[in-house]
Amino acid sequence: MMVTSAPLDVAAVAAAVAGAHDGAVATFVGLVRDHNAGRRVLWLDYEAYAPLAVKTFEQIAAESALRWPDAPIAIHHRIGRIEVGETSVAIAAASPHRADAFAACRYAIERVKQIAPIWKQEHFEGGEVWIEGATADPADDEARTLAFARACT
Amino acid sequence: MHVTIRLFARLREVTGASDLTRSIPDGSTAGDAWQALVAEFPPLADHTRSISVAVNEEYAKPATTLRDGDEVAFLPPVSGGCEANERSE
Repeated sequence: MMVTSAPLDVAAVAAAVAGAHDGAVATFVGLVRDHNAGRRVLWLDYEAYAPLAVKTFEQIAAESALRWPDAPIAIHHRIGRIEVGETSVAIAAASPHRADAFAACRYAIERVKQIAPIWKQEHFEGGEVWIEGATADPADDEARTLAFARACT
Repeated sequence: MHVTIRLFARLREVTGASDLTRSIPDGSTAGDAWQALVAEFPPLADHTRSISVAVNEEYAKPATTLRDGDEVAFLPPVSGGCEANERSE
């Protein structure tokens, strides 16, 4: 689990979870895209409460392990200025068979979006804006159930 | 007693500082610390209903009692997680 201002290495995230008994690694890579809400995006600035973010990632891994005990996950999130096309978050899940790896990976990104204390400021042509969504209480079972549902569809 | 206050994103921009040290009465809660901060920076009042609280790097409640030397963080809503954001991605 990591929060870093350095560029992310997806292969390293995958290598962190894969073992000899695994037949699959699923990865999710979140990118900075060049448009949002009708605006042309120039770059994003990510800010984190890093120690709490890492603890949150550990909580997400623990939740995932209850459902997919054979599918360990790793989450690396980048902070600071990230250009269009660059990676802001990389997640990997490994498992003996692909289904669990895909599901655990999907669950992890859903939960990161719900509860990780990470904020992004969008810099677009003509200004900047903090992008905010709903804050889910990390102990909120309803949010967790929703993430499980998305992971299993 | 003294506590360290951590602020992020919009809240940091309102106060102009990511770290503040403030003296508050013994027995104060995290919510009391927030109200003291609002008194000092009135524009923060707009955020009272949307923030989350962490004490010493763990999520906490506004009713959590603070102790001398604690770090209390006020967190604006996180950057993803609502349906509208997810559909747009």
